[in-house]
Amino acid sequence: MKPAEIQIALKEELHRIAPDIEVTEIDPAADLREEFDIDSIDFLTLVTALGKRFDLAMPEADYAHMGTFNDLLTYLVGSLHK
Amino acid sequence: MDKNKIIKSENIRRSANLPDYETALATFSWSAAHDVLDFMPGGALNIAHEAIDKHLILGQGEKIALRWIAKTGERTEFTYEELAHLTNKFANVLQAQGIKKGDRVYSLLGRKPELFIAALGTLKAGCVFCPLFSAFGPEPIKARMEIGGANALITSASLYRRKVKGIRAELPSLRNVFLIDGEAEGTNLLTDLMDTASDEFSTVPMKPEDMALLHFTSGTTGRPKGVVHVHEAVVAHHVTGRFALDLRPTDTYWCTADPGWVTGTSYGIIAPLVIGVTMIVDEADFDPARWYSILETEGVNVWYTAPTAIRMLMKAGRDMPTGHEFPHLRFMASVGEPLNPEAVVWGNEVFGQPFHDNWWQTETGGIMIANYASMDVKPGSMGKPLPGITAGILNVTPTDVQELTEPLAIGELALRPGWPSMMRAYLHEEARYNKCFRGGWYLSGDLAMRDSDGYYWFVGRSDDVIKSAGHLIGPFEVESALLEHPAVAEVAVVGLPDETAGEIVKAYVALKPGYQAKDGLRLDLLGHARKRLGPAVAPKEIVFRKNLPKTRSGKIMRRLLKARELGLPEGDISTLESDEQ
Repeated sequence: MKPAEIQIALKEELHRIAPDIEVTEIDPAADLREEFDIDSIDFLTLVTALGKRFDLAMPEADYAHMGTFNDLLTYLVGSLHK
Repeated sequence: MDKNKIIKSENIRRSANLPDYETALATFSWSAAHDVLDFMPGGALNIAHEAIDKHLILGQGEKIALRWIAKTGERTEFTYEELAHLTNKFANVLQAQGIKKGDRVYSLLGRKPELFIAALGTLKAGCVFCPLFSAFGPEPIKARMEIGGANALITSASLYRRKVKGIRAELPSLRNVFLIDGEAEGTNLLTDLMDTASDEFSTVPMKPEDMALLHFTSGTTGRPKGVVHVHEAVVAHHVTGRFALDLRPTDTYWCTADPGWVTGTSYGIIAPLVIGVTMIVDEADFDPARWYSILETEGVNVWYTAPTAIRMLMKAGRDMPTGHEFPHLRFMASVGEPLNPEAVVWGNEVFGQPFHDNWWQTETGGIMIANYASMDVKPGSMGKPLPGITAGILNVTPTDVQELTEPLAIGELALRPGWPSMMRAYLHEEARYNKCFRGGWYLSGDLAMRDSDGYYWFVGRSDDVIKSAGHLIGPFEVESALLEHPAVAEVAVVGLPDETAGEIVKAYVALKPGYQAKDGLRLDLLGHARKRLGPAVAPKEIVFRKNLPKTRSGKIMRRLLKARELGLPEGDISTLESDEQ
């Protein structure tokens, strides 16, 4: 899967949880939960949905690498190209 | 029910602040608990004096009051003396801006040092402090500021822009907005004002019955309720912090509650500072690896957290804490919703000690029923009433109550009024306040039972209020926001069981003619709700129905929707007129 496709998929999953937030209006290098106004339950839902979509284990120990939109994208691209 | 009972060793019992529960019950008096506080000249009382100034008088000013960990991991420490100076500056800022004794100062902040400075500086100035949850959207914020008559607000530039700016014009009483980190029209940058303010201030002497705190909670119907607490409440904060959390002045203490909720004030600010501990405050959101690391590296002695967080830690797996050691951890407590027995047992296995569940409400101001360090733990039970608190299980009828004394009888959990941190009013809502009392009891709205050993067990709510991640959500507030959407004809909101959050908010929506029940519209409704209510209150799930079940008088039967969703008996449906489709 190409990084651009992964990015689209990530945007789609975020849109399902926070449809009120335009991805174009957020700062991709800032705190993801703050930018998308999502709480820890939403975050868990997001990680579960992404894990299911990409058939990827996204363990809690890796949460530190999912702090921003860019971090999360890099994490997904890296994990899917291992 | 006594399965898995966790027995405390004699050593642990003896060294607890409350070594013997039965003895404490027999000897405790509120007047003695009152007398151990410092007080101000002439018998005046101010929570901030007890929390900060007192420690300077006692020569403890050099002690670390607050160790703040930024999202980046950077640590900043504040001694009691530094906190005294900063809160003095904030009180001077309020006065200079024309904020007077009795005025309402609100906060809308995450876990920032300014939150603590504002809370205590507000109390020093004799004003009323009202914290709001930063995950609220504009509608819950507006309702709470209108009801409380907010005069000043301290918040961040980003929260102001996203959540307050658009409603500012509708809040005429809101005279001052202080931003901690930026500028916007009609606001003041707090650092500018703090820099020039004096760090000397004489804490305003208050009467014990003067209003100090305003916290909001939700009922099934109507607007949020503004729960009034007075300075006298500090008597209960102090003693319950010692008994139910086993807090001591030598402790490093970590309360993970959000500052926007009552726990974040009573046990995240007041009780620990009055006792004189060092508090750990982590700015970051929940992250299991980070939490284990904080518990270890900060040498946390007492940890007060919540079931949702504990269940998320459990989910993260047993490998994660491996390699960490917690030799300093002495006492772990949990609040917000009943802690399931598995989580209590898990704590015992991972940390070598159980989580101690306790029970209280915004209205009670402090912990009322608890598992104590010296008492054996029955996993799943909330424990026994604090010394000084009389609890009962009642059969409540519209006009009367009868106490149920036989073991395991289910009824409404009630308390005999009179402890210092009991709410004094629902602001401007005398009738609603009066409805909480019957036959000399305060009715909690929770259903519970008591076993033959005197342990209390939570059973459920007696109303339709939703408890998600430990926070009460009123279905009416959510339904009202959804009804504002042009496509929505009727809506019912219920709480459904969720293994992590306890309950999640689910909305059932019937559409107006001409609208199609499609995924695009569902997302539009979700976005609409989130924009108004914020992530903490907005539904996590929305489904469409052609019709919602209603009574003859047109009242939507939330209970029936919930029972059907869960496959439970439908109960009495004699009043059902128009059924779900």
